Amino acid sequence: MAFALTPERDRELGEILGRYPTKMGACIPMLHLCQEQNGWISDEIILYVAEKLTIPAAHVKGVVTFYTLFNQKPVGKHQVWVCRTLPCALRGADAILHHCEKKLGIHAGETTADGKITLRTAECLASCGTAPMIQVDKDYHENLTTERVDQILAKLQA
Amino acid sequence: MINRTEYLSKVYPLADGFTIAAYEREVDGYAMAKKVLSSMTKEQVIDEAKKANIRGRGGAGFPMGLKWSFMRPHPTKPAYLVVNADEGEPGTHKDRTIMERNPHAVVEGCIIGCYAIGAHAAYIYVRDELHLSKARLWAAINEAKAKGYLGKNPFGTDYEVEVYVHTGAGAYICGEETSLLNSLEGRRGEPRLKPPFPAQVGAFGCPTTVNNLETIAIVPTALKLGGEEFSKLSALHGMNDGGTRLFGVNGHVKKPGVWELAVGVTLRELIYDLAGGVTGDKPLFAIIPGGSSTPVLRAEELVHAPDEKSPLHPWHGQSVLDVPLGVETMRGLGTALGTCCVTVMAEGTCPVTAMHNLMQFYKHESCGQCTPCREGSAWLSRTVEKILDGRGTMEDIDTLADVANNIMGNTICAFGEGTAMPALGFLKKFRKDFEAYVRGEKTRKTHSRLAVEADASVTAHAAE
Repeated sequence: MAFALTPERDRELGEILGRYPTKMGACIPMLHLCQEQNGWISDEIILYVAEKLTIPAAHVKGVVTFYTLFNQKPVGKHQVWVCRTLPCALRGADAILHHCEKKLGIHAGETTADGKITLRTAECLASCGTAPMIQVDKDYHENLTTERVDQILAKLQA
Repeated sequence: MINRTEYLSKVYPLADGFTIAAYEREVDGYAMAKKVLSSMTKEQVIDEAKKANIRGRGGAGFPMGLKWSFMRPHPTKPAYLVVNADEGEPGTHKDRTIMERNPHAVVEGCIIGCYAIGAHAAYIYVRDELHLSKARLWAAINEAKAKGYLGKNPFGTDYEVEVYVHTGAGAYICGEETSLLNSLEGRRGEPRLKPPFPAQVGAFGCPTTVNNLETIAIVPTALKLGGEEFSKLSALHGMNDGGTRLFGVNGHVKKPGVWELAVGVTLRELIYDLAGGVTGDKPLFAIIPGGSSTPVLRAEELVHAPDEKSPLHPWHGQSVLDVPLGVETMRGLGTALGTCCVTVMAEGTCPVTAMHNLMQFYKHESCGQCTPCREGSAWLSRTVEKILDGRGTMEDIDTLADVANNIMGNTICAFGEGTAMPALGFLKKFRKDFEAYVRGEKTRKTHSRLAVEADASVTAHAAE
């Protein structure tokens, strides 16, 4: 079946289109909507966005490949991002990352065999004053200890 | 001198601090926007903004009032205000506090800013990861709209203002203003050549002003106090560096956080008086004064400014830790004030590893448009890695400097300098450490540490 936004998300797209003087302006917000629904941006979605916004599919593909947050292949149900950049590293981000890798049995960049969790490293997430930190889906978890990480991961695995 | 202020942060600790009720009750919120729209001319607003000496809070420190004055009405095209909240410079964690805890200051700043530059729409560009910030901003916009402060007739006037939140999708480069504009238009976030500057050809081909989020959020305060009074709160008023701003401290300190202070505080005061001192009471080793693109300072450095005309002359011979933090003073020290968020490193931190960490960041975040930056950032990262692995030669150290110098000035945007300057800073200040790795006196196993041991005295605090 061809990809289409749910009616609710389609209404949201209508609202988004009203914010910009050009249809192309809605490109990134629309890709977010599609990814929210599908988990990743498939070629089918690229064609769908291109058609809706009347812009070339090559343009949409260019946008998708430029930005880190657009998944170009399927990912796990939950996204765990461990900030690795200097201010977090100074406060133990390496230990947090190794702990996650050990607990989940995967390396950064991989997804658990049950498809539940994708673990990745992130570049600075503007949480330097509350480091170390991880982002899980839409939530920040700050001032972390390995015990807190255990609790967070256990919840995701349940 | 520590002079704590509460213009932006008064509502921070309140449970309802992010609501319009708290903003109006606690700081007489929106009164200034109402006054501006109903009784001031845009020239008067820009004049006050100039007198306030607000230096752009995003890193470059450009005088904000002057930037506003570059906007000229276009015969056919609308104008836009774009607010940069792509906060992504490693070590920077201040804008987030405003969006989460005082979003109405941003909305009021947008109303005033739009009026001053002749725009009827403002886009707040927030990095996508900051979901709470986006939600708080949208809620604030909707509250202000419901009260009649936004829309066709704000405060009963006929000056239409709309404010929108736009999100990125994970790209540090989109904090660069022209890249941000491309991203806002739905394109790849690649920087544009300047000129034309955004004031002539900005968002959607129209005249645009791009201001940092903190810069916009402080506008209502600056106008309320009066430009000159606001500027005089700063110890560096005489250097046209006015008012108050948010100062962050992170890294190896006992109490990292964000504080609102009058400009003029010193690194020593920030680190020892506000952030509780260095983790485990270890000696201070190095400081990155304002985000990872600002060159590192060694803790024992002294100011060398024998020339009486130098802005730093009053501090000649003193520790760099005792120089007031300002745009001109930090420039004088060969670094930059940047985003005003300080990264602290305690003794035991390996500077070669710190540089490697940052070069990995720049390699990942280079947009790839210009060859010197795309190839150079990867080359820097690989070469430091080689040295860390014990495979480096003395020539490699010179290669690092050579590569960095070949990025500088050869790229479309300042990302190139943002990569090269910190690289050159680490090489200049810590050359002996690089040499020690080459000679095998230091190795990855024995010395490559960034985290100092956890200590009972380490307590992480949220922003105060």
